[in-house]
Amino acid sequence: MTALHQATEVVDPVPGASAPHLPQQPDLIQLLTPEGERVGHPDYPLDLSDDELRALYRDLALIRRWDVEATALQRQGELGIWASLLGQEAAQIGAGRAMRPGDMAFPTYREHGVAWARGVDPLQVMSLFRGVDNGGWDPAKLGFNLYTIVIGSQCLHATGYAMGMQRDGAENAVLAFLGDGATSQGEVNEAMIFAASFAAPVVFFCQNNQYAISVPLERQSRVPLYQRAAGFGFPGVRVDGNDVLAVLAVTRAALAAAREGQGPTFIEAFTYRMGAHTTSDDPTRYRLASELEEWKLRDPIARVKAYLARSGIADHAFFDSVDAEGDELAARIRTGTLDMPDPAPTEMFDHVFAEQTPELAAQRAQFVKYRASFEGGGH
Amino acid sequence: MSTDTLTIGKALNLGLRRAMEDDAKVVLMGEDIGRLGGVFRITDGLQKDFGEDRVVDTPLAEAGILGTAVGLAMRGYRPVCEIQFDGFVFPAYNQIVTQVAKIHARSKGRLTMPIVIRIPFGGGIGAVEHHSESPEAYFAHTAGLKVVAVSNPVDAYWGIQQAIAHPDPIVFLEPKRRYWEKAPVDTDAVPDPLFASRVVRGGDDVTVLAYGPMVKTALQAAEAAAEEGRSLEVIDLRTVSPLDLDPVFESVRRTGRCVVVHEAPVTLGLGAEIAARVTETCFHSLEAPVLRVGGYDTPYPPSKLEEEYLPDLDRVLDAVDRSMGF
Repeated sequence: MTALHQATEVVDPVPGASAPHLPQQPDLIQLLTPEGERVGHPDYPLDLSDDELRALYRDLALIRRWDVEATALQRQGELGIWASLLGQEAAQIGAGRAMRPGDMAFPTYREHGVAWARGVDPLQVMSLFRGVDNGGWDPAKLGFNLYTIVIGSQCLHATGYAMGMQRDGAENAVLAFLGDGATSQGEVNEAMIFAASFAAPVVFFCQNNQYAISVPLERQSRVPLYQRAAGFGFPGVRVDGNDVLAVLAVTRAALAAAREGQGPTFIEAFTYRMGAHTTSDDPTRYRLASELEEWKLRDPIARVKAYLARSGIADHAFFDSVDAEGDELAARIRTGTLDMPDPAPTEMFDHVFAEQTPELAAQRAQFVKYRASFEGGGH
Repeated sequence: MSTDTLTIGKALNLGLRRAMEDDAKVVLMGEDIGRLGGVFRITDGLQKDFGEDRVVDTPLAEAGILGTAVGLAMRGYRPVCEIQFDGFVFPAYNQIVTQVAKIHARSKGRLTMPIVIRIPFGGGIGAVEHHSESPEAYFAHTAGLKVVAVSNPVDAYWGIQQAIAHPDPIVFLEPKRRYWEKAPVDTDAVPDPLFASRVVRGGDDVTVLAYGPMVKTALQAAEAAAEEGRSLEVIDLRTVSPLDLDPVFESVRRTGRCVVVHEAPVTLGLGAEIAARVTETCFHSLEAPVLRVGGYDTPYPPSKLEEEYLPDLDRVLDAVDRSMGF
């Protein structure tokens, strides 16, 4: 054993963070227990109609069905890769549904649930993972930026966008998505400094899913993540990320505060990535099966279903209809993905600049000529 | 006609002022650019006149400046970011290369990035490490960026306004050791296009190419060469990416000889690309290989050695001699 390894192993665990993978954490805001029991919280009252509650269940179930289909399509060779959101449905739907039309979301590459909530067609996400484009949706129209793959970079874009809203006098706010790993990035910390200094209307929504690919949270932070916010000078709050009601209530409150000029909030949605980082990953190499079993008991969808059924808000017919809708959605996603045309070869030249350069135009022309030199103009 | 004699620094200041008057969406961002007016005073007086929302003293974080500029651009603003010195651009390198340069393509043209990144660049001011570098090749190598390097007050005045009005991101390189050089600027003139090179001295024997601070050096070399009966044609490239080489090709076809001068290290510098293109296009006209004069492949040295490192009149003439010797 090297000295470095020894040194790592003798470090005392941080008090209160000794078992960070287990959900028994202090200050965890919850409105719906894992068993499906509705509980109150003095700071986060939430009054939803039965329709709204059923709609949340539908969102959760449909994005999971989409996710399952996408994973299957990747396994069948139809997607280059897929970043599964399995286990994070409540965090994403709660956050996405807390937003208003004029608000703007800045996602990473796993926010399919938020994309759904913002009205992005799933096929426009699938086209990215199939390698057709980098995401086909219109960010300004939907209030949902394109996926940003460099970890944490989008937090600065979110902050700058919020500074723009301030200058416009807009009564809107920005929701910046990041993960636990991203909190180690310099750019994320710079974003929080800019946001605090200018009191920008931005909410940092951190899905702490416990792992940055294989590296557990303890390597990113020696304190619970939500406590980081205090050092930047704005509130930090930890919410049960598997509780869609709590996430909705907490995110709504933070966005409202931002819209009212109270500046940023950091939300730590405490959750768990139940699947692999992506379809290229093998989580059995770095985490115990027992840990996953523990989190399965806290599934974000099962608790909503239990609550709806037990309280009589939804019946079998409703759940069956959502299942059927999910199968239809999955079929549409499958067919749509398989039918997706490849982009035209010249497309790679077309949007490098708003004003094409003569150099690139010449390269493009040469490329066209080269391709045409083959018999029949094909490959 | 309104003509004033301006330094490059003052011309930039007036150009920025005029751009801010012309478009309320122009926002200046940077370290010390507000109250202080920038360490080179290029933004002097602008915060006082346009307010703190349009001339923003940012936290000391270059990635933060560029990253928030991306967000502001998405919101419809035209950020003009000042990087205090060339060597300090690297903390922002990720944002510039992975985001600023790629968002237009990523979004299939839905999102434009009209961001200007002003960088005082180059050596010769006796500074400490990281204050004298020439990073243009990094940016010229990145698809999605345009790179401009001005050499004189006229181009400084018009170029900064043209860059701000342009829809694509532009790295705007300012020749810091020439900030105090003066020339008459007609502020009512019709400016030359931004992305165009310019013959600044006609000649027949050797074509000498330069941009930014080296244009003056090349002109001095041409002056000295003339005393020895040699006629150098000097071309100010003005734009580093895209390169406007048609005037260069035309010139080299006449002279058959070409020397490229820049402060940046020669290996994989702009000179290498230009040599390749001149060779591809003017192969049968060349009497000698295209030669490069530039910095050595060392870190920029401590300032007591910078005169040894930087191309000067004599090194340009030495290259001219070698070219003529073929």
